[in-house]
Amino acid sequence: MATLDSKIPQGPLADKWTNHKSHINLVSPANKRLIDVIVVGTGLAGASASATLAELGYNVKTFCFQDSPRRAHSIAAQGGINAAKNYQGDGDSTYRLFYDTIKGGDYRSRESNVHRLAEVSTNIIDQCVAQGVPFARDYGGLLDNRSFGGVLVSRTFYAKGQTGQQLLLGAYSAMNRQIGRGKIKMYNRHEMMDLVLVDGKARGIITRNLVDGKIERHGAHAVVIASGGYGNVFFLSTNAMGSNVSAGWKIHKKGAHFANPCFTQIHPTCIPVSGDHQSKLTLMSESLRNDGRIWVPKKIEDVKAIRDGKLKPTAIAEEDRDYYLERRYPAFGNLVPRDVASRAAKERCDEGYGVNKTGEAVYLDFASAIIRYGKEEAHVKGLDANNAALVKKLGQGVVRAKYGNLFQMYEKIVDQDPYETPMMIYPAVHYTMGGVWVDYNLMTSIPGCYAIGEANFSDHGANRLGASALMQGLADGYFVLPYTIGDYLADDIRTGAINTDSPEFDAAEKAVQDQIDAFINNNGSNTVDYYHRKLGKIMWNKCGMSRNAKELKEAMVEIKALREDFYKNVNVPGTANEFNEQLAKAGRVADFLELGELFAKDALERTESCGGHFREESQTPEGEAMRDDENFTFVSAWEYKGEPADAVLCKEALNYEEIEVKTRSYK
Amino acid sequence: MNLTLKIWRQANADATGSIETYSIENISPDMSFLEMMDVHNEELIAKGIDPVAFDHDCREGICGMCSMYINGEAHGPDRLVTTCQLHMRKFKDGDTITIEPFRANAFPVVKDLAVDRSAFDRIQHAGGFVSVNTSGNTQDANAIPIDKHDADKAFDAATCIGCGACVASCKNASAMLFVSAKVSQYALLPQGKVEAVDRVQNMVKQMDEEGFGNCTNTGACEVECPKGISLENIARMNREYLSASLKG
Repeated sequence: MATLDSKIPQGPLADKWTNHKSHINLVSPANKRLIDVIVVGTGLAGASASATLAELGYNVKTFCFQDSPRRAHSIAAQGGINAAKNYQGDGDSTYRLFYDTIKGGDYRSRESNVHRLAEVSTNIIDQCVAQGVPFARDYGGLLDNRSFGGVLVSRTFYAKGQTGQQLLLGAYSAMNRQIGRGKIKMYNRHEMMDLVLVDGKARGIITRNLVDGKIERHGAHAVVIASGGYGNVFFLSTNAMGSNVSAGWKIHKKGAHFANPCFTQIHPTCIPVSGDHQSKLTLMSESLRNDGRIWVPKKIEDVKAIRDGKLKPTAIAEEDRDYYLERRYPAFGNLVPRDVASRAAKERCDEGYGVNKTGEAVYLDFASAIIRYGKEEAHVKGLDANNAALVKKLGQGVVRAKYGNLFQMYEKIVDQDPYETPMMIYPAVHYTMGGVWVDYNLMTSIPGCYAIGEANFSDHGANRLGASALMQGLADGYFVLPYTIGDYLADDIRTGAINTDSPEFDAAEKAVQDQIDAFINNNGSNTVDYYHRKLGKIMWNKCGMSRNAKELKEAMVEIKALREDFYKNVNVPGTANEFNEQLAKAGRVADFLELGELFAKDALERTESCGGHFREESQTPEGEAMRDDENFTFVSAWEYKGEPADAVLCKEALNYEEIEVKTRSYK
Repeated sequence: MNLTLKIWRQANADATGSIETYSIENISPDMSFLEMMDVHNEELIAKGIDPVAFDHDCREGICGMCSMYINGEAHGPDRLVTTCQLHMRKFKDGDTITIEPFRANAFPVVKDLAVDRSAFDRIQHAGGFVSVNTSGNTQDANAIPIDKHDADKAFDAATCIGCGACVASCKNASAMLFVSAKVSQYALLPQGKVEAVDRVQNMVKQMDEEGFGNCTNTGACEVECPKGISLENIARMNREYLSASLKG
């Protein structure tokens, strides 16, 4: 079995990053002008990396499939971004953020990377404020914080329920400055079709212009993949419609190891599925669990009455409600980590306590928060705190100020007023902790090819804590990659521009063209979506919130059969030389159909439960996840060998020097 | 619900377009407008007809990519929503729905309902930023307290999603609401004030070069804006522009 070199620097954990930065190779400002870097994707990681690399002096070419870099799906992140600023004086520190993240990830992330993440977290907030990101502030003019799941401090910075939007627009603005200066050349509506290797190094990509179908070659001295996660392998997820794994999967097929594909985050608070027509699911931010209480009725007859429309949730007495998170996890209550909250919701619904017609929904209730805030406001304003109607009105005002856009979104989709009746929520696929394997420098197993943000695997282990994705995306893009990439590029100062008129580029372009032609000429009978939906059903039913060996084996067989049918019978209308969304989607679904099988294989191989990966065969008598540290304290990095089922497992052992590996408890 | 759809079809930027009429049946009121369009496209593909191209991505009203002009209104009849959050319950059985792209000289059609809004990006390249490098040693985020009211107003302006509904709704195809939202966000924050004079001049200049029309204060943009961006921003930008012009 091959081993991977994670290149973790020597020395004490807290000094590794500082020492590493001081000792790696640098590229002089004059030589940076001679070096080209390609960045694929413009979410938080891609946009921040592009901007910073261009500021440093590199020539950057950036690609996104949307019509503008500002639309990348980081924009939809709602709740917030963590940073160990300790502005609230509640005992936070770099160490505590590091510890919470390792524990939250169920001891399956790389210690050195997570410590670095916690170290640079504070720089991110300073940087964003300097860029004009309008974070929430208190009346004294200082930054406000809220609390997120799995932690006991308030370290989350936010901009209402639109934190991702504001951070992305900040990174986009930094990019715009460099685009205006000509240091970034931006390619909108371009899809990366393949990576080109020359002498074993990443030297460029093949792209397709989505407007006119033109296939293009782009050379560079390094290629950075920042294309996000692969949650859409489930068809229904909170990801954007266009979110896809293709960039990551293409480099996997060219030699990059793919790590922990089965580590998926099923987010507990999403709007439940309403019917077969559904195209995507909508998240309701975890921040709502600061103030919302999750419950189902205690009595099964109340559940039936609710489903029949004979009983309203607001009419159920306090003693007849089961606040099951507060009951099971008194220390963290409604703010347990996402994997724990999701499984608990599934447990109640599987027992028959789900509160909507499909039986797959629980309540998220703001009534007590509205009263609590209302009374506080009444006191502040010197009004009558015993006037119930006044208190409710004041309280609703406070809740509106905190979560207004989320409540509005809920009302538009569900057609119910969450200020008056509890929200209904259910878990949905949201984020993928797994991704392309990278070393400490964020380089993949292909020299010169990097992966950052959600596209890589390194920081969140088996479960990501809330408000940590934005932190990681910006940490990688603003503060890590721009330094570590210099160490590699220092050897390229005399290379000169990469010639794209070479046999390697010829071969890569031809393979891309052949696949496109095959799709267009296939004239099958089923649409691309037909296959995507079928794949999603297999993934959700057999590789979803709880997994077992029998169903995972079935999933592998079914996905392989579906993939073979796809290539025989998919129908891609139109031509290759036009704006053709079906053609673009066919290429993405083809890659999902391979990834899905590797996902199931990875889940099958890991017979322990950890984080978001729950194996039914490995649980405590109380139904909590049971890790197997003796046999599984490693990263599963898969090497491509043709068929996904033939992928070869490489193990990166995880060593914890600073942290004692313990059973994760939120009780 | 059974509906009649009248949809703008145009093969590419150079082709001549026209309205085509289709019928669609058994639409659930719980579907979003774009899910109805998905169903329609699946039906078209089954019949061997080219599916309707339209831009969309996040489908939660924040990416700003969806851009349909429905029954004469940007993002359709509902208020404070994008097309992706418009639901079919806002329509009645038997309705005829006319669907066009966002129309403006500065937004050429790419195909069918998809348009090219890169003019918005170019306006941002001209000045939609604070010139600060990613050094990692900027001053502490709490070093400058910011009046909560200013911070909140800056945030409200910054929630613009860049969809272009303001332009599509304006009889002059003016981009003043879009540009003023960005100018206002920075004008209200101390970090943005340093470059305020150059920013407003550069962004307005680029806006004019892109071929957007003038503002005649009809307020249609504010009504149709899915994020409720206020006309006050236009007033603020006019003030900023005037004072920048006087400073030279």
